[in-house]
Amino acid sequence: MPDAKPLHEGLFSWPALSPSLIGSRCLDCGEHTFPSQDACRACSGQNMASADLGNQGTLWTWTVQSFMPKTPYHTDETPETFRPYGVGYVELACGLKVESRLKENTPEELKIGMPMKLEIISVRKDDDGNDLLTFQFCAAEETN
Amino acid sequence: MDVAIVGLGMHPFGRTPSMSGLEQGAAAARAALADAGTDFKRMEFAFGGSQDSGNADSLVNLLGLTGLQFTNVANGCATGGSSLNAAYSAIKSGQYDVGLVVGFDKHDRGAFNPKPADWGLDDWYGETGLMLTTQYFGMKIQRYMHDHGISRETLIRVAEKAFRNGSLTPTAWRQTALSWEEIKNAPMVSEPLNKYMFCSPAEGGCALIVCRADIAHEFHPKPIYLKTAVVRSRNYGSFEVFSPSQPTEVADSPTVTASQAAFELAGVGPGDIDVAQLQDTEVGAEIMHMAENGFCAHGDQEQWLADGVTEIGGKLPVNTDGGCLANGEPVGASGLRQVHEICVQLRGEGGARQVPNEPKVGYTHVYGAPGISGVNILAR
Ligand SMILES: [Zn+2]
Repeated sequence: MPDAKPLHEGLFSWPALSPSLIGSRCLDCGEHTFPSQDACRACSGQNMASADLGNQGTLWTWTVQSFMPKTPYHTDETPETFRPYGVGYVELACGLKVESRLKENTPEELKIGMPMKLEIISVRKDDDGNDLLTFQFCAAEETN
Repeated sequence: MDVAIVGLGMHPFGRTPSMSGLEQGAAAARAALADAGTDFKRMEFAFGGSQDSGNADSLVNLLGLTGLQFTNVANGCATGGSSLNAAYSAIKSGQYDVGLVVGFDKHDRGAFNPKPADWGLDDWYGETGLMLTTQYFGMKIQRYMHDHGISRETLIRVAEKAFRNGSLTPTAWRQTALSWEEIKNAPMVSEPLNKYMFCSPAEGGCALIVCRADIAHEFHPKPIYLKTAVVRSRNYGSFEVFSPSQPTEVADSPTVTASQAAFELAGVGPGDIDVAQLQDTEVGAEIMHMAENGFCAHGDQEQWLADGVTEIGGKLPVNTDGGCLANGEPVGASGLRQVHEICVQLRGEGGARQVPNEPKVGYTHVYGAPGISGVNILAR
């Protein structure tokens, strides 16, 4: 049976009832990073622990990807079926800003400071028909 | 020992289908040698770079196998700045008397095509559509406009100025001025930046002859002195391209640290600069770099652009040759084009785009991925 699995392991908790982003936290200086890494960009320490970064935040900045990117972009889309997507940095509770695709894709829908929540979406299907998953953020409250 | 620039050479930026990137570099080098009234045999060293057109030291096959020290420099958009910085040190230290700095490139049409692994990133980042420099530029100026009250009109003004100045520059790629409406209504690339607000990859070559200041007049009657050449990389917290996450605190960019060091070393301040080249990969970059280089406070750009302060006849002319927007960006040559233009202006040879009142001190700033910045201060 076709199934769904992360395109890349370790970016978010999966499977999970309420998935959240996974990063790491430096035990020496307290700085967070996403994705996880073994060494700290702030203090050069190598004392890192896995950290649940949560699934909510506010939009720190944004843009809209209005044309289909060239490789390495890899989805099942064609130039005809391509749908523009938002890109932004979402500021999480820990202060870290994570770069993400955004569901909203027009300037009218996107505003710095708006509340955002994580969702898991399919990037494409693999050869066996499994959905390959990644994360994106979308508006936490419906905007009218 | 002070350092002088005594030869300027350029192969026009844009598209030259009949010539390889290397050949455009050789053409620029020959032009610079002729401008300095010398020949390649006299060169004791060379620093050169190209991103996509092969090894710069292959130039010896075209210019002459003289046995000189030829060092290849690969530092992204700051390749030219780093080459000049190395030449500056070579002369300053007393190691050499005269040498060549050269950069060239020939890129495919369209946006650069980066690979995640080259940037220490996993494939998911590119596959899901986050590996585009245009997105970063859009997001950086978006936040800047929000924080500092910069309007879309100011973005248009910068593009308008670039193409107007390009129309006055014989070596520029884009030589046609564009109207406000043409710029305003161009197709959107990455909010809030549209097609005419970005520079494009291009082709071209640029070369400089540098020497000890005390022998400069042997080569050229109007030497331009390189007061300082500084290159800096990013500190933790600087908001840079291809960053899956950014820390809580946003730190000063490498432009700020390079600029401050350059002013300190040269013993001058922003108010002493008569003409400047600021990296304008897109219009937002020029706006942000005005403040990051210390020329104005964050947010003042709105008024400065409205008042024409950065026009050729203004208090601080910026990108008098149309900058990257009108010249395109052959990566290896772009930073040297900036220095070339400042030297032209300080010599008083700018023709239709000459800054009035005999400018004395000039400034160049290059910025590139993944967070590197080079600043030069020049004077006649
Ligand atoms: Zn740390």
